[in-house]
Amino acid sequence: MYRLFVLLTILIFAAPSAAGDTFAPKDLKDLYFGETLYYAFQGDWFDAIARLDTELTQHHGLDEPERDTLYYHIGHAEFAVGDFELAYRMHQRAGRAITAVIEGNVEEPVRNEAIFRLARIYFQKDQPVNALYAVERISGVVPPNILDDLAFLRAQILMANGRFAEAVRILRDLQDAESLEGFSTYNLGIALLKDGKELEGRQYLDSTGRINSNDALTLAIKDKSNLVLGFKLLKENKFEGAKLVLDRVRLKGPFSNRALLGSGWADAFQGRFERALVPWSTLMTREVTNASVQEAMLAVPYAYGKLNVQSRAAVMYGSALEKFDAEVDKLGASIKSIREGHFLRALVREELKQDANWVVKLRKLPQTPETYYLLELMASHDFQEFLKNYLDLEQLRKKLEAWEGDLDAFKEIIEQRRAYFQPLLPAIDREFRRLDSQMRLRLEQRDRIEQRLKSMLVAPRPDYLATSNERISSEQIALLEQKLSTGGTAVPSGIEARIKRLRGVLHWHIYTEYDQRFTEAHEHLLELNKEVDRLKRQYTAFVRTRQAATQSYEGYDDIIRRQRFLIRQAREKVGELMARQGHMLETMAVNVLTTRRERLAEFQIKARFAMADNYDRATRTQTQEKMGR
Amino acid sequence: MFCWLRGVILGISVLVLSFAAYAQEIPREQIKGLDEQVQEIKSDVLGIAAELNQLEEKLLYPSNTQIAVFVSLVSGETFRLDSVEIYLDGKPVAHYIYTFKEFEALQKGGVQRIYTGNIRAGDHDLQVSVIGKSGEGADFRKTERFKVNKDVGPKIVEISLAAQSITLKDR
Repeated sequence: MYRLFVLLTILIFAAPSAAGDTFAPKDLKDLYFGETLYYAFQGDWFDAIARLDTELTQHHGLDEPERDTLYYHIGHAEFAVGDFELAYRMHQRAGRAITAVIEGNVEEPVRNEAIFRLARIYFQKDQPVNALYAVERISGVVPPNILDDLAFLRAQILMANGRFAEAVRILRDLQDAESLEGFSTYNLGIALLKDGKELEGRQYLDSTGRINSNDALTLAIKDKSNLVLGFKLLKENKFEGAKLVLDRVRLKGPFSNRALLGSGWADAFQGRFERALVPWSTLMTREVTNASVQEAMLAVPYAYGKLNVQSRAAVMYGSALEKFDAEVDKLGASIKSIREGHFLRALVREELKQDANWVVKLRKLPQTPETYYLLELMASHDFQEFLKNYLDLEQLRKKLEAWEGDLDAFKEIIEQRRAYFQPLLPAIDREFRRLDSQMRLRLEQRDRIEQRLKSMLVAPRPDYLATSNERISSEQIALLEQKLSTGGTAVPSGIEARIKRLRGVLHWHIYTEYDQRFTEAHEHLLELNKEVDRLKRQYTAFVRTRQAATQSYEGYDDIIRRQRFLIRQAREKVGELMARQGHMLETMAVNVLTTRRERLAEFQIKARFAMADNYDRATRTQTQEKMGR
Repeated sequence: MFCWLRGVILGISVLVLSFAAYAQEIPREQIKGLDEQVQEIKSDVLGIAAELNQLEEKLLYPSNTQIAVFVSLVSGETFRLDSVEIYLDGKPVAHYIYTFKEFEALQKGGVQRIYTGNIRAGDHDLQVSVIGKSGEGADFRKTERFKVNKDVGPKIVEISLAAQSITLKDR
């Protein structure tokens, strides 16, 4: 059942799906860009766009963007954002992003690929004129990997604009494209039919219906082609040909029920009711909710009636009636369930999203409608678009709800930081100011020493490099000399000689060791420089930490208030849109179920009438037989 | 009865030739208008998300203490990644178990930010443990230790995983 659903979805567009063509660069320089790709590759388009938007905004806000790592991938990133937006069904923004690439200074292949994507957006959004205008702007070199897809899209756009002859010319050239096997011939057949070339169109539909392939999609388009051609022949009363074509449809494919029904009618119209019973009887054993199966329930007894087995026909009509009654009740309950909102609630259940077979699971949930009746609807383009929008809105609703909680947490963090830092900071600032003035003083001293050493390179000053002991000794000698000379008496010659000798010794040391001392002084200055650097680093780190402390709780109030307002506004809007989109989904589902119920009600009347008629005939036959005996 | 049969067949034929327009009861303009409004609200919410991302980063991970650890797979690797554990200075900071979808995203060249946090400037010990299955299906567990130096700006580290090695790339 799931395969049927998937194939129906794909075949509605009669072309392979093509969303999200992004790839990772071979040499990734910007990890944050890689992160957006990580989300995109998982189909998490919201996070991929949100992060890439942030990255691009930051990149474009830089003074020197060429120094940013995103610079290496900027073309790729600009392209990717359009792709992500397209995959997230934001066609307006995707269109703008891709148009920006087209109008930018890009190489011809890149530009052409961008136009191709833009044309595809217009085509998907049911804007064939815009799509045609876009695709006609493509000229010059086209990347080889999109050549076939581009030609196929061009043909589809031309068909949508009613220009079938031109589409035919393009599709003829695509007949060898392996990736489009089945799709190109099928579309060529349809284009030829629409162009009035009936015979040739049928030939292409016929050849599509004979394709040998193992590919599920190709086999599905093959079945579809046979079904279209078969019913066309049926309408034209070419029953033999119709039967042949319809019997080519696989018995397990998504179109098998309709093909079996049509095949039976092809026999019945030729009066071959026994042969008609073969496909119809097979059909009757299938899922009772299917429209073709329900029709077969009337067709089989109809055939038996025609074969004069009225008693069996009457019994089968009776059995069909019972099933129709049950189905009508089921449909009534399903309509009620949808109107009570169970359908929408079931569609957004998380466990269904985890399961690829979710459509089948959905019907098993309590109080949900019978989804088998809704399979075709659910596979239809409109429903899929509505459903995706509804699920996206639900995702937005959940995000917005969570963000409100985040803002509460942010607010609490800020308050806690304020409560912690505010009382501490005045004392810290006082201590910092004291240390700061000390530091400045020491730095000035160091600068003076450096200046002095520099000047000593030009004019040597050994006395500057005297040790503290030498300075003390020199001062003591000077003091002695002063004392000895103050009384007006002559200094004894022995003492004077000793003083001179002492001064000489001092002088000797200071002048002979000058070079070594000068070298050592430089070495010490270098060591001091290291310490000063460390001090400066600590100083900078402290200043930064001090700033960070204030910044950790100040300046957020306005941002948080603004965010809260925006979130509240968005939540209201999302709620309103969900209600409208949900109502559309419910209306579509209820309409389908109502139509099916009305049809079944007609079948009930027909079955009752036919049952009575067959009982009559059977009784009459029995009476005649008795009378005959 | 025959008229009914013709009706059924023509009905089916129409259904086959063009899938029914189920939304035909709802005016096209209304559908288009609603679709555009959904696109607009998506755009608005994306704007909020971008601002919130910036606010979160500024508030929780200021650049002077921020460290971000990314995980990537070496191109062409055939091993299956089950989980990654990150220890920073001996403390477990991230333990991630991969779904198939996430693993596929890594294989395609996506990069996962496994951890964002705050550390002081200076040298730090980073330990990475990987659990997975080799291309031949055998279980394996690998652990590597690295030294990470945090400077003034945000620290960005890439851990590149292969079946044979765990490599740290300082970014």
